[in-house]
Amino acid sequence: MSVDLATVKRVARLARIAVSEDEATRMVGEINGILGFVEQLSEVNVEGVEPMTSVTPMEMKKRLDVVSDGSKADDIVANAPNTDRNFFLVPKVVE
Amino acid sequence: MTELTSLTIAEARTKLAGKEITAVELTDAYIAAIDGANEAINAYIAVTPDKAREMAKASDARIAAGNAGALEGIPLGIKDLFGTEGVHTQACSHILDGFAPRYESTVTQNLWNDGAVMLGKLNMDEFAMGSSNETSYYGAVKNPWRAKGSNLDLVPGGSSGGSAAAVAAHLCAGATATDTGGSIRQPAAFTGTVGIKPTYGRCSRWGVVAFASSLDQAGPIARDVRDAAILLQSMASVDAKDTTSVDLPVPNYEASIGQSIKGMKIGIPREYRVEGMPEEIEALWQQGIAWLKDAGAEIVDITLPHTKYALPAYYIVAPAEASSNLARYDGVRYGLRVDGKDIVDMYEKTRAAGFGQEVKRRIMIGTYVLSAGYYDAYYLRAQKVRTLIKRDFELAFHAGVDAILTPATPSSAFGIADEDLASDPVKMYLNDIFTVTVNMAGLPGIAVPGGVDHKGLPLGLQLIGKPFEEETLFKTAHVIEQAAGRFTPTKWW
Repeated sequence: MSVDLATVKRVARLARIAVSEDEATRMVGEINGILGFVEQLSEVNVEGVEPMTSVTPMEMKKRLDVVSDGSKADDIVANAPNTDRNFFLVPKVVE
Repeated sequence: MTELTSLTIAEARTKLAGKEITAVELTDAYIAAIDGANEAINAYIAVTPDKAREMAKASDARIAAGNAGALEGIPLGIKDLFGTEGVHTQACSHILDGFAPRYESTVTQNLWNDGAVMLGKLNMDEFAMGSSNETSYYGAVKNPWRAKGSNLDLVPGGSSGGSAAAVAAHLCAGATATDTGGSIRQPAAFTGTVGIKPTYGRCSRWGVVAFASSLDQAGPIARDVRDAAILLQSMASVDAKDTTSVDLPVPNYEASIGQSIKGMKIGIPREYRVEGMPEEIEALWQQGIAWLKDAGAEIVDITLPHTKYALPAYYIVAPAEASSNLARYDGVRYGLRVDGKDIVDMYEKTRAAGFGQEVKRRIMIGTYVLSAGYYDAYYLRAQKVRTLIKRDFELAFHAGVDAILTPATPSSAFGIADEDLASDPVKMYLNDIFTVTVNMAGLPGIAVPGGVDHKGLPLGLQLIGKPFEEETLFKTAHVIEQAAGRFTPTKWW
Protein backbone atom coordinates (compact mmCIF):
# COMPACT_ATOMS: atom_id res chain seq x y z
CA MET A 1 0.00 0.00 0.00
CA SER A 2 1.16 3.54 -0.59
CA VAL A 3 -0.03 7.06 0.12
CA ASP A 4 -0.57 10.03 -2.20
CA LEU A 5 -0.44 13.74 -1.44
CA ALA A 6 -4.16 13.93 -0.59
CA THR A 7 -3.82 11.04 1.89
CA VAL A 8 -0.81 12.65 3.57
CA LYS A 9 -2.77 15.87 4.00
CA ARG A 10 -5.74 13.94 5.40
CA VAL A 11 -3.52 12.06 7.88
CA ALA A 12 -1.82 15.32 8.92
CA ARG A 13 -5.27 16.74 9.59
CA LEU A 14 -6.19 13.66 11.68
CA ALA A 15 -2.90 14.01 13.59
CA ARG A 16 -3.53 17.75 14.05
CA ILE A 17 -0.21 18.76 12.54
CA ALA A 18 -0.18 21.71 10.13
CA VAL A 19 1.91 20.84 7.06
CA SER A 20 2.94 23.07 4.18
CA GLU A 21 2.62 21.91 0.58
CA ASP A 22 6.39 21.29 0.48
CA GLU A 23 6.41 19.30 3.70
CA ALA A 24 3.46 17.19 2.59
CA THR A 25 5.16 16.46 -0.73
CA ARG A 26 8.37 15.41 1.04
CA MET A 27 6.40 13.23 3.47
CA VAL A 28 4.77 11.30 0.61
CA GLY A 29 8.17 9.87 -0.33
CA GLU A 30 9.30 9.25 3.25
CA ILE A 31 6.09 7.57 4.33
CA ASN A 32 6.00 5.41 1.22
CA GLY A 33 9.59 4.37 1.93
CA ILE A 34 8.58 3.20 5.40
CA LEU A 35 5.36 1.56 4.18
CA GLY A 36 7.41 -0.25 1.54
CA PHE A 37 9.75 -1.49 4.24
CA VAL A 38 6.95 -2.82 6.46
CA GLU A 39 5.25 -4.41 3.45
CA GLN A 40 7.33 -7.58 3.98
CA LEU A 41 5.09 -8.46 6.93
CA SER A 42 2.44 -9.54 4.43
CA GLU A 43 4.55 -12.63 3.61
CA VAL A 44 4.27 -13.95 7.20
CA ASN A 45 1.59 -16.56 7.79
CA VAL A 46 -0.36 -15.28 10.79
CA GLU A 47 -3.27 -17.69 10.39
CA GLY A 48 -4.57 -18.65 13.84
CA VAL A 49 -1.95 -16.53 15.67
CA GLU A 50 -3.22 -14.45 18.58
CA PRO A 51 -2.05 -10.82 18.60
CA MET A 52 0.35 -10.07 21.42
CA THR A 53 -1.40 -7.88 23.95
CA SER A 54 0.84 -8.26 26.96
CA VAL A 55 4.54 -8.91 27.28
CA THR A 56 4.30 -10.87 30.51
CA PRO A 57 1.33 -13.16 31.11
CA MET A 58 -0.23 -11.60 34.19
CA GLU A 59 -3.60 -10.55 35.43
CA MET A 60 -4.16 -6.86 35.00
CA LYS A 61 -3.76 -4.99 38.24
CA LYS A 62 -6.83 -3.20 39.46
CA ARG A 63 -6.76 -0.51 42.07
CA LEU A 64 -9.46 -0.03 44.66
CA ASP A 65 -12.25 2.25 43.52
CA VAL A 66 -11.50 4.89 46.11
CA VAL A 67 -10.13 8.42 46.07
CA SER A 68 -6.44 8.10 46.88
CA ASP A 69 -5.05 11.34 45.49
CA GLY A 70 -6.26 14.81 44.64
CA SER A 71 -6.61 18.45 45.69
CA LYS A 72 -3.73 19.33 43.39
CA ALA A 73 -5.35 21.85 41.09
CA ASP A 74 -2.42 24.26 41.48
CA ASP A 75 0.05 21.55 40.50
CA ILE A 76 -2.04 20.50 37.54
CA VAL A 77 -2.26 23.95 35.97
CA ALA A 78 1.27 24.96 36.99
CA ASN A 79 2.76 24.21 33.57
CA ALA A 80 -0.13 25.37 31.40
CA PRO A 81 0.52 28.17 28.89
CA ASN A 82 -2.65 30.06 29.80
CA THR A 83 -4.85 29.68 32.91
CA ASP A 84 -7.29 31.58 35.03
CA ARG A 85 -8.26 30.52 38.57
CA ASN A 86 -7.32 26.87 38.00
CA PHE A 87 -8.98 26.67 34.59
CA PHE A 88 -7.12 26.00 31.36
CA LEU A 89 -7.83 28.78 28.89
CA VAL A 90 -8.35 27.89 25.22
CA PRO A 91 -9.66 29.80 22.20
CA LYS A 92 -13.45 30.03 22.06
CA VAL A 93 -14.94 26.68 20.96
CA VAL A 94 -18.68 27.45 21.16
CA GLU A 95 -20.21 30.30 19.19
CA MET B 1 40.10 16.29 41.22
CA THR B 2 40.02 14.59 37.84
CA GLU B 3 40.95 11.32 39.50
CA LEU B 4 37.69 11.21 41.41
CA THR B 5 35.70 11.11 38.20
CA SER B 6 37.58 8.04 37.03
CA LEU B 7 36.23 5.95 39.92
CA THR B 8 33.55 3.38 39.17
CA ILE B 9 30.44 3.43 41.35
CA ALA B 10 31.72 0.41 43.28
CA GLU B 11 35.10 2.10 43.87
CA ALA B 12 33.53 5.42 44.89
CA ARG B 13 31.17 3.56 47.24
CA THR B 14 34.15 2.00 49.05
CA LYS B 15 35.99 5.32 49.33
CA LEU B 16 32.88 7.13 50.56
CA ALA B 17 32.14 4.44 53.14
CA GLY B 18 35.78 4.51 54.27
CA LYS B 19 35.56 8.33 54.56
CA GLU B 20 38.55 8.68 52.20
CA ILE B 21 36.46 11.10 50.11
CA THR B 22 33.26 13.03 50.70
CA ALA B 23 30.16 13.09 48.53
CA VAL B 24 30.58 16.85 48.13
CA GLU B 25 34.14 16.39 46.81
CA LEU B 26 32.97 13.74 44.38
CA THR B 27 30.06 15.88 43.17
CA ASP B 28 32.28 18.95 42.78
CA ALA B 29 34.71 16.91 40.69
CA TYR B 30 31.90 15.92 38.33
CA ILE B 31 30.52 19.46 38.12
CA ALA B 32 34.01 20.69 37.20
CA ALA B 33 34.29 17.93 34.58
CA ILE B 34 30.91 18.89 33.09
CA ASP B 35 31.91 22.57 33.03
CA GLY B 36 35.04 21.68 31.10
CA ALA B 37 33.52 19.24 28.64
CA ASN B 38 29.86 19.91 28.02
CA GLU B 39 30.36 22.65 25.46
CA ALA B 40 32.20 20.13 23.29
CA ILE B 41 30.16 17.01 24.00
CA ASN B 42 26.66 18.49 24.61
CA ALA B 43 25.67 15.52 26.78
CA TYR B 44 23.83 17.64 29.38
CA ILE B 45 20.99 19.92 28.38
CA ALA B 46 20.43 21.09 31.98
CA VAL B 47 22.99 20.98 34.79
CA THR B 48 21.74 21.28 38.38
CA PRO B 49 24.88 22.08 40.41
CA ASP B 50 23.09 23.66 43.39
CA LYS B 51 20.72 20.74 43.76
CA ALA B 52 23.62 18.32 43.34
CA ARG B 53 25.70 19.96 46.09
CA GLU B 54 22.70 20.08 48.40
CA MET B 55 22.02 16.37 47.81
CA ALA B 56 25.72 15.53 48.26
CA LYS B 57 25.79 17.43 51.55
CA ALA B 58 22.81 15.44 52.78
CA SER B 59 24.60 12.26 51.69
CA ASP B 60 27.68 13.19 53.70
CA ALA B 61 25.45 13.74 56.74
CA ARG B 62 23.85 10.32 56.29
CA ILE B 63 27.24 8.65 55.84
CA ALA B 64 28.47 10.35 59.02
CA ALA B 65 25.32 9.21 60.86
CA GLY B 66 25.87 5.64 59.69
CA ASN B 67 22.69 5.30 57.67
CA ALA B 68 23.99 5.49 54.10
CA GLY B 69 21.85 4.12 51.26
CA ALA B 70 23.00 1.75 48.52
CA LEU B 71 23.94 4.64 46.20
CA GLU B 72 24.82 7.19 48.86
CA GLY B 73 26.67 10.16 47.37
CA ILE B 74 26.94 8.71 43.85
CA PRO B 75 26.51 11.47 41.20
CA LEU B 76 24.26 10.42 38.33
CA GLY B 77 23.00 11.92 35.08
CA ILE B 78 19.30 11.53 34.27
CA LYS B 79 17.91 11.16 30.76
CA ASP B 80 15.54 14.03 29.94
CA LEU B 81 12.69 11.52 29.52
CA PHE B 82 12.39 11.00 33.30
CA GLY B 83 10.10 13.37 35.18
CA THR B 84 12.17 15.19 37.81
CA GLU B 85 10.31 17.48 40.16
CA GLY B 86 10.89 21.15 39.46
CA VAL B 87 13.65 20.36 36.96
CA HIS B 88 13.75 20.60 33.15
CA THR B 89 11.86 17.59 31.70
CA GLN B 90 11.20 17.96 27.99
CA ALA B 91 12.12 14.66 26.32
CA CYS B 92 14.42 17.03 24.37
CA SER B 93 11.41 18.31 22.46
CA HIS B 94 10.40 21.90 21.82
CA ILE B 95 6.76 21.00 22.42
CA LEU B 96 7.44 20.55 26.15
CA ASP B 97 8.98 24.03 26.25
CA GLY B 98 9.52 25.12 29.85
CA PHE B 99 8.00 21.99 31.37
CA ALA B 100 9.10 21.21 34.93
CA PRO B 101 6.85 18.56 36.48
CA ARG B 102 5.36 18.73 39.95
CA TYR B 103 6.15 15.06 40.47
CA GLU B 104 9.11 12.68 40.41
CA SER B 105 9.27 9.51 38.30
CA THR B 106 9.34 6.26 40.30
CA VAL B 107 12.75 5.26 38.90
CA THR B 108 14.46 8.52 39.85
CA GLN B 109 12.70 8.59 43.22
CA ASN B 110 14.09 5.09 43.89
CA LEU B 111 17.59 6.41 43.12
CA TRP B 112 17.23 9.44 45.43
CA ASN B 113 15.79 7.20 48.16
CA ASP B 114 19.03 5.21 47.95
CA GLY B 115 21.10 8.39 48.32
CA ALA B 116 22.13 9.12 44.72
CA VAL B 117 22.93 12.70 43.66
CA MET B 118 21.46 14.30 40.52
CA LEU B 119 23.94 16.21 38.32
CA GLY B 120 21.42 17.22 35.65
CA LYS B 121 19.39 16.13 32.66
CA LEU B 122 20.90 14.37 29.68
CA ASN B 123 20.45 14.93 25.97
CA MET B 124 18.53 12.39 23.88
CA ASP B 125 16.72 12.00 20.60
CA GLU B 126 13.41 13.89 20.68
CA PHE B 127 10.85 11.68 22.49
CA ALA B 128 13.47 8.88 22.28
CA MET B 129 12.87 8.59 18.53
CA GLY B 130 16.22 8.13 16.87
CA SER B 131 19.43 6.12 16.77
CA SER B 132 21.99 8.94 16.62
CA ASN B 133 20.83 11.60 19.12
CA GLU B 134 20.56 13.98 16.15
CA THR B 135 16.79 14.49 16.46
CA SER B 136 17.18 16.34 19.80
CA TYR B 137 15.85 19.90 19.91
CA TYR B 138 19.08 20.71 21.77
CA GLY B 139 21.40 19.56 19.02
CA ALA B 140 23.55 16.51 18.48
CA VAL B 141 25.72 14.91 21.15
CA LYS B 142 29.32 14.19 20.20
CA ASN B 143 30.70 10.75 20.90
CA PRO B 144 33.75 10.97 23.23
CA TRP B 145 35.29 8.39 20.88
CA ARG B 146 36.97 9.38 17.62
CA ALA B 147 38.51 7.13 15.01
CA LYS B 148 42.29 6.76 15.24
CA GLY B 149 44.04 9.75 13.67
CA SER B 150 40.74 11.49 12.88
CA ASN B 151 39.05 14.56 14.31
CA LEU B 152 35.71 13.81 12.69
CA ASP B 153 32.79 14.01 15.12
CA LEU B 154 30.86 10.77 15.56
CA VAL B 155 27.38 10.16 16.97
CA PRO B 156 27.10 8.46 20.38
CA GLY B 157 24.08 6.46 19.16
CA GLY B 158 20.57 7.01 20.39
CA SER B 159 18.19 7.62 21.75
CA SER B 160 20.12 7.61 25.06
CA GLY B 161 23.10 9.33 23.40
CA GLY B 162 23.60 11.89 26.17
CA SER B 163 23.56 9.13 28.80
CA ALA B 164 26.13 7.01 26.96
CA ALA B 165 28.41 9.97 26.13
CA ALA B 166 28.30 11.31 29.70
CA VAL B 167 29.22 7.89 31.12
CA ALA B 168 32.01 7.33 28.57
CA ALA B 169 33.47 10.83 29.08
CA HIS B 170 33.28 10.49 32.89
CA LEU B 171 30.77 13.31 33.23
CA CYS B 172 28.71 11.21 35.67
CA ALA B 173 29.31 7.98 37.57
CA GLY B 174 26.36 6.34 35.83
CA ALA B 175 23.21 7.36 34.02
CA THR B 176 19.57 6.44 33.61
CA ALA B 177 18.39 5.62 30.11
CA THR B 178 15.41 4.08 28.35
CA ASP B 179 15.13 1.53 25.57
CA THR B 180 12.19 1.14 23.19
CA GLY B 181 13.99 -0.50 20.25
CA GLY B 182 17.64 -0.42 21.28
CA SER B 183 18.04 3.03 22.84
CA ILE B 184 20.15 1.78 25.76
CA ARG B 185 22.14 -0.99 24.06
CA GLN B 186 23.07 0.72 20.78
CA PRO B 187 24.55 3.88 22.41
CA ALA B 188 26.31 1.70 25.00
CA ALA B 189 27.89 -0.28 22.14
CA PHE B 190 28.92 2.95 20.34
CA THR B 191 30.65 4.37 23.42
CA GLY B 192 32.31 1.34 25.01
CA THR B 193 29.92 1.37 27.98
CA VAL B 194 27.60 -1.23 29.48
CA GLY B 195 23.83 -0.85 29.07
CA ILE B 196 21.04 -3.15 30.15
CA LYS B 197 17.41 -3.09 29.11
CA PRO B 198 15.67 -5.16 31.77
CA THR B 199 12.59 -7.30 31.23
CA TYR B 200 9.47 -5.28 30.40
CA GLY B 201 7.76 -4.58 33.73
CA ARG B 202 10.94 -4.64 35.84
CA CYS B 203 11.32 -0.85 36.10
CA SER B 204 8.27 1.32 36.60
CA ARG B 205 7.28 3.52 33.67
CA TRP B 206 5.44 5.92 35.97
CA GLY B 207 6.59 9.49 35.45
CA VAL B 208 8.62 8.64 32.35
CA VAL B 209 7.50 10.48 29.20
CA ALA B 210 5.76 7.80 27.11
CA PHE B 211 6.87 6.90 23.58
CA ALA B 212 5.59 3.35 22.86
CA SER B 213 4.08 2.03 26.06
CA SER B 214 4.27 -1.70 25.28
CA LEU B 215 7.99 -1.40 24.42
CA ASP B 216 9.43 1.35 26.66
CA GLN B 217 11.63 0.19 29.52
CA ALA B 218 14.11 2.05 31.72
CA GLY B 219 17.59 0.79 32.52
CA PRO B 220 21.07 2.04 33.36
CA ILE B 221 24.17 2.85 31.31
CA ALA B 222 27.35 2.33 33.33
CA ARG B 223 31.11 2.01 33.01
CA ASP B 224 31.20 -1.67 33.82
CA VAL B 225 28.92 -4.64 34.45
CA ARG B 226 29.08 -4.38 38.22
CA ASP B 227 28.02 -0.72 38.16
CA ALA B 228 25.13 -1.60 35.84
CA ALA B 229 24.00 -4.24 38.35
CA ILE B 230 24.26 -1.77 41.25
CA LEU B 231 22.20 0.84 39.37
CA LEU B 232 19.50 -1.57 38.18
CA GLN B 233 19.15 -2.81 41.74
CA SER B 234 18.00 0.65 42.78
CA MET B 235 16.02 1.55 39.65
CA ALA B 236 13.91 -1.63 39.61
CA SER B 237 10.89 -1.96 41.86
CA VAL B 238 7.31 -3.13 42.08
CA ASP B 239 5.12 -0.06 41.58
CA ALA B 240 1.36 0.15 42.12
CA LYS B 241 1.34 3.29 39.94
CA ASP B 242 2.30 1.30 36.81
CA THR B 243 -0.19 -1.47 35.98
CA THR B 244 2.47 -3.22 33.86
CA SER B 245 4.97 -3.30 36.75
CA VAL B 246 5.44 -6.97 37.60
CA ASP B 247 5.00 -8.23 41.16
CA LEU B 248 8.33 -9.95 41.58
CA PRO B 249 10.91 -9.10 44.25
CA VAL B 250 14.08 -7.41 42.94
CA PRO B 251 16.96 -9.87 43.36
CA ASN B 252 20.48 -8.95 44.45
CA TYR B 253 21.96 -8.33 40.99
CA GLU B 254 25.45 -7.50 42.22
CA ALA B 255 25.73 -10.94 43.84
CA SER B 256 25.70 -12.52 40.37
CA ILE B 257 28.94 -10.74 39.39
CA GLY B 258 31.79 -13.23 39.43
CA GLN B 259 29.58 -16.32 39.40
CA SER B 260 30.58 -19.18 37.12
CA ILE B 261 28.87 -19.78 33.80
CA LYS B 262 30.17 -23.34 33.61
CA GLY B 263 27.63 -25.65 32.02
CA MET B 264 25.43 -22.78 30.83
CA LYS B 265 23.96 -23.16 27.37
CA ILE B 266 24.52 -20.14 25.10
CA GLY B 267 22.46 -19.96 21.92
CA ILE B 268 23.90 -18.49 18.70
CA PRO B 269 21.07 -17.45 16.36
CA ARG B 270 21.97 -17.91 12.71
CA GLU B 271 19.53 -15.17 11.64
CA TYR B 272 21.75 -12.50 13.20
CA ARG B 273 24.34 -13.04 10.48
CA VAL B 274 23.01 -10.38 8.13
CA GLU B 275 24.04 -9.49 4.61
CA GLY B 276 26.57 -6.69 4.38
CA MET B 277 27.61 -6.99 8.02
CA PRO B 278 31.28 -5.96 8.39
CA GLU B 279 33.67 -8.86 8.89
CA GLU B 280 34.85 -7.25 12.10
CA ILE B 281 31.41 -7.72 13.64
CA GLU B 282 31.48 -11.40 12.73
CA ALA B 283 35.02 -11.69 14.18
CA LEU B 284 33.89 -10.00 17.41
CA TRP B 285 30.98 -12.42 17.66
CA GLN B 286 33.30 -15.40 17.20
CA GLN B 287 35.62 -13.95 19.85
CA GLY B 288 32.68 -13.67 22.25
CA ILE B 289 31.74 -17.29 21.57
CA ALA B 290 35.34 -18.36 22.28
CA TRP B 291 35.43 -16.43 25.59
CA LEU B 292 32.22 -18.02 26.81
CA LYS B 293 33.38 -21.47 25.69
CA ASP B 294 36.66 -20.96 27.57
CA ALA B 295 34.64 -20.12 30.69
CA GLY B 296 32.88 -23.47 30.45
CA ALA B 297 29.67 -22.58 28.64
CA GLU B 298 28.21 -24.86 26.03
CA ILE B 299 27.61 -23.18 22.65
CA VAL B 300 24.59 -24.27 20.62
CA ASP B 301 23.33 -23.06 17.26
CA ILE B 302 19.72 -21.92 17.39
CA THR B 303 17.20 -20.50 14.98
CA LEU B 304 14.92 -17.51 15.52
CA PRO B 305 13.15 -17.60 12.16
CA HIS B 306 11.03 -14.44 12.54
CA THR B 307 13.99 -12.16 13.34
CA LYS B 308 13.85 -10.28 10.02
CA TYR B 309 10.24 -9.27 10.67
CA ALA B 310 10.96 -7.63 14.03
CA LEU B 311 12.07 -4.28 12.62
CA PRO B 312 9.16 -3.86 10.17
CA ALA B 313 6.69 -4.91 12.89
CA TYR B 314 8.34 -2.43 15.25
CA TYR B 315 7.85 0.38 12.71
CA ILE B 316 4.12 -0.24 12.90
CA VAL B 317 3.69 -0.88 16.63
CA ALA B 318 5.98 1.89 17.91
CA PRO B 319 4.61 4.73 15.71
CA ALA B 320 1.02 3.58 16.37
CA GLU B 321 1.52 3.77 20.12
CA ALA B 322 3.49 7.02 19.77
CA SER B 323 0.75 8.72 17.75
CA SER B 324 -1.65 7.90 20.57
CA ASN B 325 0.72 8.87 23.40
CA LEU B 326 1.76 12.14 21.76
CA ALA B 327 -1.83 13.24 21.16
CA ARG B 328 -1.67 14.84 24.60
CA TYR B 329 0.63 17.63 23.39
CA ASP B 330 -2.00 20.12 22.32
CA GLY B 331 -0.82 23.44 23.72
CA VAL B 332 -3.44 23.40 26.47
CA ARG B 333 -2.07 21.73 29.60
CA TYR B 334 1.68 22.15 29.34
CA GLY B 335 4.51 23.19 27.10
CA LEU B 336 4.43 25.19 23.90
CA ARG B 337 1.38 26.98 22.56
CA VAL B 338 1.20 28.72 19.20
CA ASP B 339 -1.96 30.80 18.88
CA GLY B 340 -4.36 30.17 16.01
CA LYS B 341 -7.62 31.52 14.63
CA ASP B 342 -9.57 28.79 16.45
CA ILE B 343 -8.82 25.82 18.69
CA VAL B 344 -8.06 23.35 15.87
CA ASP B 345 -5.77 25.89 14.23
CA MET B 346 -4.02 26.32 17.58
CA TYR B 347 -3.53 22.55 17.93
CA GLU B 348 -2.19 22.22 14.40
CA LYS B 349 0.17 25.19 14.63
CA THR B 350 1.41 24.18 18.08
CA ARG B 351 2.17 20.62 16.99
CA ALA B 352 3.73 21.79 13.72
CA ALA B 353 6.11 24.11 15.59
CA GLY B 354 6.72 21.85 18.58
CA PHE B 355 7.57 18.50 17.02
CA GLY B 356 10.68 17.83 14.96
CA GLN B 357 10.71 16.06 11.60
CA GLU B 358 11.32 12.51 12.83
CA VAL B 359 8.61 12.77 15.49
CA LYS B 360 6.13 14.15 12.93
CA ARG B 361 7.02 11.35 10.55
CA ARG B 362 6.30 8.71 13.20
CA ILE B 363 3.07 10.33 14.34
CA MET B 364 1.94 10.39 10.70
CA ILE B 365 2.82 6.71 10.17
CA GLY B 366 1.07 5.79 13.42
CA THR B 367 -2.02 7.80 12.58
CA TYR B 368 -2.14 6.22 9.13
CA VAL B 369 -1.80 2.59 10.29
CA LEU B 370 -4.46 3.11 12.96
CA SER B 371 -6.87 4.94 10.66
CA ALA B 372 -10.17 3.40 9.58
CA GLY B 373 -9.73 0.45 7.26
CA TYR B 374 -6.01 -0.11 7.89
CA TYR B 375 -5.99 -1.33 11.49
CA ASP B 376 -6.22 -5.06 10.61
CA ALA B 377 -3.76 -4.90 7.75
CA TYR B 378 -1.09 -3.12 9.76
CA TYR B 379 -1.40 -2.94 13.54
CA LEU B 380 -3.20 -6.23 14.15
CA ARG B 381 -0.89 -8.10 11.78
CA ALA B 382 2.18 -6.57 13.44
CA GLN B 383 0.93 -7.65 16.88
CA LYS B 384 0.48 -11.19 15.55
CA VAL B 385 4.00 -11.17 14.13
CA ARG B 386 5.12 -10.03 17.57
CA THR B 387 3.60 -13.20 19.05
CA LEU B 388 5.66 -15.23 16.56
CA ILE B 389 8.88 -13.38 17.44
CA LYS B 390 8.27 -14.03 21.12
CA ARG B 391 7.50 -17.69 20.38
CA ASP B 392 10.87 -18.09 18.60
CA PHE B 393 12.64 -17.10 21.81
CA GLU B 394 10.38 -19.25 23.98
CA LEU B 395 11.16 -22.31 21.87
CA ALA B 396 14.91 -21.67 22.19
CA PHE B 397 14.68 -21.24 25.96
CA HIS B 398 12.41 -24.28 26.22
CA ALA B 399 15.09 -26.32 24.44
CA GLY B 400 17.48 -25.51 27.29
CA VAL B 401 19.21 -22.32 26.15
CA ASP B 402 20.06 -20.05 29.12
CA ALA B 403 21.09 -16.94 27.18
CA ILE B 404 21.64 -15.84 23.59
CA LEU B 405 24.78 -14.11 22.29
CA THR B 406 24.62 -11.71 19.32
CA PRO B 407 26.44 -8.59 18.13
CA ALA B 408 24.85 -5.43 19.61
CA THR B 409 24.94 -3.33 16.44
CA PRO B 410 25.71 -3.92 12.76
CA SER B 411 28.52 -1.29 12.80
CA SER B 412 30.58 0.98 15.03
CA ALA B 413 29.65 4.67 15.55
CA PHE B 414 29.04 6.67 12.37
CA GLY B 415 29.59 10.34 11.59
CA ILE B 416 27.37 13.22 12.65
CA ALA B 417 25.18 14.41 9.74
CA ASP B 418 25.94 11.30 7.70
CA GLU B 419 24.36 12.09 4.32
CA ASP B 420 23.70 8.51 3.41
CA LEU B 421 21.67 7.98 6.59
CA ALA B 422 19.93 11.35 6.51
CA SER B 423 18.52 10.73 3.04
CA ASP B 424 16.76 7.49 3.95
CA PRO B 425 14.97 7.03 7.32
CA VAL B 426 14.86 3.24 6.85
CA LYS B 427 18.69 3.08 6.75
CA MET B 428 18.86 4.75 10.15
CA TYR B 429 16.22 2.34 11.46
CA LEU B 430 18.45 -0.63 10.49
CA ASN B 431 20.78 0.30 13.35
CA ASP B 432 18.34 -1.40 15.70
CA ILE B 433 18.21 -4.66 13.75
CA PHE B 434 19.85 -6.74 16.53
CA THR B 435 18.26 -5.00 19.50
CA VAL B 436 14.64 -4.48 18.49
CA THR B 437 13.64 -8.19 18.68
CA VAL B 438 14.29 -8.04 22.42
CA ASN B 439 11.81 -5.17 22.92
CA MET B 440 9.22 -6.87 20.76
CA ALA B 441 9.45 -9.98 22.96
CA GLY B 442 9.79 -8.01 26.23
CA LEU B 443 13.01 -9.81 27.17
CA PRO B 444 16.07 -8.48 29.02
CA GLY B 445 19.15 -7.63 26.95
CA ILE B 446 22.59 -6.28 27.87
CA ALA B 447 25.24 -4.67 25.68
CA VAL B 448 28.82 -5.12 26.84
CA PRO B 449 31.99 -3.90 25.07
CA GLY B 450 33.82 -6.68 23.25
CA GLY B 451 36.64 -4.88 21.48
CA VAL B 452 37.50 -2.17 18.97
CA ASP B 453 37.37 -2.15 15.17
CA HIS B 454 40.19 -1.21 12.78
CA LYS B 455 39.35 2.46 13.34
CA GLY B 456 39.84 2.02 17.08
CA LEU B 457 36.11 2.44 17.79
CA PRO B 458 34.31 0.29 20.36
CA LEU B 459 32.08 -2.61 19.37
CA GLY B 460 29.54 -4.29 21.63
CA LEU B 461 28.17 -7.76 22.16
CA GLN B 462 24.60 -8.37 23.24
CA LEU B 463 23.28 -11.06 25.56
CA ILE B 464 19.56 -11.82 25.60
CA GLY B 465 18.00 -13.61 28.59
CA LYS B 466 14.80 -15.23 29.78
CA PRO B 467 12.17 -12.96 31.34
CA PHE B 468 13.33 -11.66 34.74
CA GLU B 469 16.67 -13.46 34.54
CA GLU B 470 18.81 -10.33 34.49
CA GLU B 471 21.19 -12.11 36.89
CA THR B 472 22.16 -14.55 34.14
CA LEU B 473 22.97 -11.60 31.89
CA PHE B 474 25.10 -9.88 34.52
CA LYS B 475 27.21 -12.93 35.28
CA THR B 476 27.68 -13.79 31.59
CA ALA B 477 28.44 -10.19 30.59
CA HIS B 478 30.97 -10.04 33.41
CA VAL B 479 32.78 -13.04 31.90
CA ILE B 480 33.00 -11.17 28.57
CA GLU B 481 34.17 -8.01 30.34
CA GLN B 482 36.88 -9.92 32.19
CA ALA B 483 38.17 -11.28 28.88
CA ALA B 484 37.74 -8.14 26.76
CA GLY B 485 38.81 -5.54 29.30
CA ARG B 486 37.36 -2.06 29.65
CA PHE B 487 37.46 0.71 27.07
CA THR B 488 38.01 4.41 27.74
CA PRO B 489 38.20 7.10 25.04
CA THR B 490 41.26 9.32 24.68
CA LYS B 491 40.35 12.81 25.83
CA TRP B 492 40.18 15.37 22.99
CA TRP B 493 37.70 17.80 24.49
